[in-house]
Amino acid sequence: MAIISRGFHGRRPAPGRNLPPGQYEVHDFPVLSAGPTPHVTHDEWEFTLTTETSARHTWDWAELMALPAETPTVDLHCVTKWSKFGTHWEGVSLDTLLADVETAADFALVHSYGGYTTNLPLADLLDGQAWIAHRYDGEELAPEHGGPARLLVPHLYLWKSAKWVRGIELLLDDEPGFWEGLGYHSYGDPWREQRYQGD
Amino acid sequence: MFDVPGWPAHLAGQHVDVRLTAEDGYSTQRSYSVASAPDGDRVELTIQRVADGEVSPYLMDVMEPGDRVELRGPIGGWFVWRPEQAEPVLLVGGGSGIVPLMSMVRTRGAVGGHAPFRLLYSVREPDDRLYAPELLRGEPGLDTEYLYTRAAPPEHPRPVGRLTAEDLVRGGWPADRRPMCYVCGPTGFVENAATLLTALGHDPDRIRTERFGPSGG
Repeated sequence: MAIISRGFHGRRPAPGRNLPPGQYEVHDFPVLSAGPTPHVTHDEWEFTLTTETSARHTWDWAELMALPAETPTVDLHCVTKWSKFGTHWEGVSLDTLLADVETAADFALVHSYGGYTTNLPLADLLDGQAWIAHRYDGEELAPEHGGPARLLVPHLYLWKSAKWVRGIELLLDDEPGFWEGLGYHSYGDPWREQRYQGD
Repeated sequence: MFDVPGWPAHLAGQHVDVRLTAEDGYSTQRSYSVASAPDGDRVELTIQRVADGEVSPYLMDVMEPGDRVELRGPIGGWFVWRPEQAEPVLLVGGGSGIVPLMSMVRTRGAVGGHAPFRLLYSVREPDDRLYAPELLRGEPGLDTEYLYTRAAPPEHPRPVGRLTAEDLVRGGWPADRRPMCYVCGPTGFVENAATLLTALGHDPDRIRTERFGPSGG
C-alpha cells in the first residue's frame, strides 16, 4: 500500500511520452559505470561469439563495418530512474551476427572490455531487438558511452546494454552478470519495474 | 534523517530509493546515497537541491519531521567499503559525490578501523564544503585535503583548478601500495579522476566509480 506523500503533486510526463513506472524523463545523456572507462582502439577491437560447444565466431572492426548497419531510434530506460526518448543509433543487428551460428543455447552472457558482464535470454537478442551499436546521434560512439561499440537492447534496463562490448557467450544455463550478482534483477524489464532481485 | 523500522544494516557507500506518491496515485523515485554509518534504524541522507527538480525541493521544503516516505534499500554492492578491508583507501569526491565517501569515513570511525584513509575532496569554493566541521575535526589515520576549483581560502597552498595527477600523487597512495580507490562525483570529474589514476598505474579493478549529476533530481 503506497504511502501518500502529503503535499506532493509531482510532474506528469509530457503528452505522448510513455514512461515505465518509476521513471522520469531526461534530455541529457547521463553516464554510469562501475569503474574507469576502457579506451579501446578500432585496431584492437574484436568481437567474439562463443557457443555452448566452444565454437568461436570473431569479427574485427573492419569486418563489423562491412556488415549491413541499421539505424534504430529507441527509448532508453536506466534502472537509476532516468529515461531518454528517441535516441538515434547505428549498429549491426544481432540477427545478422547470429545468422550463421549453430546453437542450442537459451541464455547469453555478454562480456565487455574492462571485465563487465551482463546476462539475458538469447531470445531477447533476436528478432530486431538488439544491436552492436557503433554510432550515436550521427557520431562515433564516445568511450564514456561505450565506444568503440556497445550492445544496445533497449527493451531492457540499460545496464543490459553492455558498454565496450567484446563478446557474447551462448550458454545452456543462465549465469548472472556483474550487477545481477549484486542484487539487481536477472531480467530487468522496465515495464514490469524489475529493478532488483525479487521484483 | 529517517527512522526506518527494520532497516538492515547498510554497507558504507550504498544508496536508497525514495518514492513519492501523489494523492492520485502518480509516483516517482530517486536514488540518494546514505551519508551515515550503520546505526540501528536510523538512516541519514544528504540531498542536493536541484533547483527545478521534482523530488529534492519536496524533500527539503515541503516534507516535515514526522512525515512518512517510502524508502527502499540498501541498494548497490559494488561501490562499498567493508570494515574488514585492511588495505589503504583513497577517496576522491567531487561536489555532492562526497556523500557515500562520508559514509565510509564515518563507518571506519564507528568501528575504530585502522585502514589508512586519504580523502581528496573537490569543491568549487569553501561554502560548498559539506560536513566541514566534522572533516576539519578529523580523526587518526584520515588525511583530508580540499581541492578548490574556483575560489580557495586565502592561505590555501594549492592553486585553484580541477583535479590533476599531481594532486593524486601528493594526496593519494602510490599504486604499489595497492590501495582501493573510490571516486564519486559528476561524470566529467569521475572520468578525469579515473583516467588519471589508471595512468598513474592503479589497477582498473581497484578503482570503483559512482557517477551522478543533477539530472532531473
